[in-house]
Amino acid sequence: MSEVRRRLASWDSIIIALTVLVLVVASVGVPNFGTSRNFTFLVLDLMPIVLVALPMTFIIVTGEIDLSVASTLGLTSSLMGWFWNNGLSIETIIPLCVLVGAMLGAFNGFLVTGLGLPSLAVTIGTLALYRGLAFVVLGDGAVADFPWNYTGWVTGTIGGGAVPNVLILIVALALIFGVVLHATPFGRSLYAIGANAQAAHFSGIRVARTKFWLYVASGAIAGLVGVLWTLRYSSARADNGSGLELAVVAAVLLGGVSIFGGRGTLPGVLAGVVLLAALQNALRLQDVSGQALNIVTGALLVLSVLLPNVASSIRATWHRRRLRQAAAS
Amino acid sequence: MTAALVTKSKRPALSAGGLMKTRELGIILALAILVIFTAVNHPRFLSGQSIRDILLNTAILAVMAAGQAVVVITRNIDLSVGSVLGLSAFTVATMMSTNPDLPMIAALLVGLAVGAVAGLINGVLVRYGRVPALVVTLGTLYMFRGITYSWAGGQQVNADELPRHFLRFANASVLGVPWLVLIAVVVVGGVSVLMRNYRVGRELYAMGSSPQAAELAGIRVARNLLGAFLLSGALAGLAGVLFAARFGTVDASAGNGYELTVVAAVVVGGVAVFGGSGTVWGAGLGALLLTVIGSALAVLDINQFWQQAIVGALILFAICADRLVAVRIARSLRKRDSHV
Amino acid sequence: MLRTHHRLLTAASASLLVLGLAACGGTTKDSASSDGGAAAQTGASADPNAKTKEGLKIAFLPKQLNNPYSDVETSGGKVAVGELKGEYKLVGPNDASASSQVSYINTLIQQQQDVIVVAANDPNAVCPSLNQARQAKIKVVSFDSDASKDCRDAFINQATTQGIGESLVKMANELAGGEGEIAILSATPNATNQNAWIEVMKKELAKPEYSKLKLVKTAYGNDDDQKSFQEAQGLLQSYPKLKVIVSPTTVGIAAASRYVSSSNYKGKVAITGLGLPNQMREYVKDGTVKKFALWNPADIGYLAAYAGAALASGQITGKQGEKFTAGKLGEYTIGADGEIVLGPPTEFTAQNIDQFNF
Repeated sequence: MSEVRRRLASWDSIIIALTVLVLVVASVGVPNFGTSRNFTFLVLDLMPIVLVALPMTFIIVTGEIDLSVASTLGLTSSLMGWFWNNGLSIETIIPLCVLVGAMLGAFNGFLVTGLGLPSLAVTIGTLALYRGLAFVVLGDGAVADFPWNYTGWVTGTIGGGAVPNVLILIVALALIFGVVLHATPFGRSLYAIGANAQAAHFSGIRVARTKFWLYVASGAIAGLVGVLWTLRYSSARADNGSGLELAVVAAVLLGGVSIFGGRGTLPGVLAGVVLLAALQNALRLQDVSGQALNIVTGALLVLSVLLPNVASSIRATWHRRRLRQAAAS
Repeated sequence: MTAALVTKSKRPALSAGGLMKTRELGIILALAILVIFTAVNHPRFLSGQSIRDILLNTAILAVMAAGQAVVVITRNIDLSVGSVLGLSAFTVATMMSTNPDLPMIAALLVGLAVGAVAGLINGVLVRYGRVPALVVTLGTLYMFRGITYSWAGGQQVNADELPRHFLRFANASVLGVPWLVLIAVVVVGGVSVLMRNYRVGRELYAMGSSPQAAELAGIRVARNLLGAFLLSGALAGLAGVLFAARFGTVDASAGNGYELTVVAAVVVGGVAVFGGSGTVWGAGLGALLLTVIGSALAVLDINQFWQQAIVGALILFAICADRLVAVRIARSLRKRDSHV
Repeated sequence: MLRTHHRLLTAASASLLVLGLAACGGTTKDSASSDGGAAAQTGASADPNAKTKEGLKIAFLPKQLNNPYSDVETSGGKVAVGELKGEYKLVGPNDASASSQVSYINTLIQQQQDVIVVAANDPNAVCPSLNQARQAKIKVVSFDSDASKDCRDAFINQATTQGIGESLVKMANELAGGEGEIAILSATPNATNQNAWIEVMKKELAKPEYSKLKLVKTAYGNDDDQKSFQEAQGLLQSYPKLKVIVSPTTVGIAAASRYVSSSNYKGKVAITGLGLPNQMREYVKDGTVKKFALWNPADIGYLAAYAGAALASGQITGKQGEKFTAGKLGEYTIGADGEIVLGPPTEFTAQNIDQFNF
């Protein structure tokens, strides 16, 4: 019973409830929000954030961070344009870009696990480095003439209906990441690492190797999103996705993942992403400036940690008082 | 036992100090090589105007880096500085354009105050809300920027709406040194001395080295932490005033994305992100180095797109170097231990 | 645990396959056809006598919101929409990026506007969305910076590309005294209109009468005040003999003027280009800038609104030769590729600048 109550009160269930509430209210109260076309737009808008947030959740659960994801996206987008201009076929380019993303992630992973450098500093460095290289590759130009059947697939829907093609990809990847995190020993080992890396190490978990592969996965997904982003806007540019890293981290933290690691769930993160995207979409339909949303995002982010802390300290005081009363009586 | 502990902890501190000195020496060396190489190819790089431009460009970054360094030394981070700069710059620019008779000092004080309040909010949330600094300042990064955007609503304050004396401040100089540069030097110098020679400074280092130990040792952690965030905010606010005076045109996006440059300057300057080590004047040097790289690339006519990549590589290089130093210190400590 | 790594990798490669299977065979740049994106517009014919509809919802989407030049343009649009008794709306991103513009176009489609007037940040990136808008029976007029011509109905051109390029070179030549080094400070390197003008300028400079003018560099300030300021600084450091900086963008010319007026290059280096009189007044008065040019930006927005209303009312379809009346500006004829040219630019000097307020 107390387990149920604890679950109900945990931040990720609150955020899931909040998300559902926002979706319902917006569908009823905001004209044109609940249409199938708007659903397509919503899914396309949240695609990059939700995909990058999957491996980011894993990384933050282990107590590390990867701020270079948006730059990895930009660099693979640039390279995609460059490869395309050099006559490579798109079928070669797409896996190549994901591979490059994985290699960029592996470089992060090596610096963090191999050399033992702090991931915050490392990925701020590679954030600048990868974005810089993206500009070196493509300059300020844009490559736009990608084949229609690919760009159309990314923006299109299944059979012209309401379900966007990319939603299959999102659902499939989210399922895989969700199962791995919550239903496998590997997933549990991530929480162990985040809770106490040393203890995890002594209980036989290969901490460094695990983290390394998480960075590889993060890079590969960022590379994939670079491809999808490029195809969605039919435009390969070096500045694609800049600033996305903060949006992703914000969504992950909002979803109840602790920045210190060891705590958080993937459903919470998915709700965090959907909440932010739906709010943004609904506010824009109401002609509220997107900037007002910045205030909401920031406030939610701080509250997501602040409220549980306040709640727990209130509970502790209450508990103490009850003990005292019990002792007195 | 106690005596042994004291001597043991004293000696490595000394050697660490020595190594840290070489750390700043490294930046100076890199700076010298870069300047000499560029100047040999382009003598005009060392012309009065060029040096003045570089120093002016460094000033704003260095002021923010000084505040950030203090926060990072306490094992925290302040990502909201770019947004605080924007808020302060827009506040001050609006105020000066509607009240052109206000003296410059009023602008500076208002900028500092706006920043200080923002910094205090960060500090309170970190300390009393027990929310990690990264989360708090990422949140306030969005919030302060959002407030500025909602307030400005796409408006922009142009140079011709600002009073002359305000704009002249950016270029005016005392004995040939522009005010902006003077302010930066005073700020970086002052904070360096505070951190090096005063009790509160050493306490901040102690807090960064081991937060729990600092608390147990009776250091007033709460007061110091609020002070560190307040300082970082206030200096970002000051930077906002300097930004408005220097660039004349201010809109709600002023200083967008600055936080990463500031953190980069601090990291390149040898302040460890895990707190407890590094110096404020090192961070100032880091700011100077980043600016000189930018100017040198423009003068050498190297594709400007390389600039960001080089900055990134430099950050990685800097943290690798720091790691190497740390490993060497740890090894020498162990060796000493085994001898004792 | 290792198996899980493999599972992760397999997942990644599976997702690749999904993409890869979406089309088969090798598609390369040469074999790809890019015509698939064009919208199927109904071949309705124009009825020049159709009545102008009232209550049209006309939305303006400039490159970004906080840009004084865009503000002036859209203010003209607001006036015109008022005259047309329509509903005016202004939306836009705070950064000049193509991807954020797409989200706004999508919102406008959802809101079922009648006309979208857009200044494209990237001619291609906004295309699929604009075509979706046109499929939803929304008329698309581009202004300021054109979108690809197969995804908009009409384009309001501030002046012919040729005319602007020529007048920029002419002004630079006068200010340089017929010989010396000049440099260009442009917006972003892929800004459609700036690049077209620079192309014309280069052709003009190749002519014998300008043989003594030498274009040493084109720098890019990204229409960002601070970046433009620093690029101007860089130009003057790298090219000591520079005589004129030509900046065909309002942000660039203001930033360059501000830098020069506060440095000891003042009086030695001339600035010219395209600027807003209100922003430039100070520098014209203090002698930093002798002469610059621009059309009246408010008229662009005004004309765009009228063109949009004419399209939505069925008076024109965007074909060459069709005519419509744009309120106080009089009658306009659509040129090739749906282009509507506003008129010749105005030159501003210390003598006439006080007559203009925008």
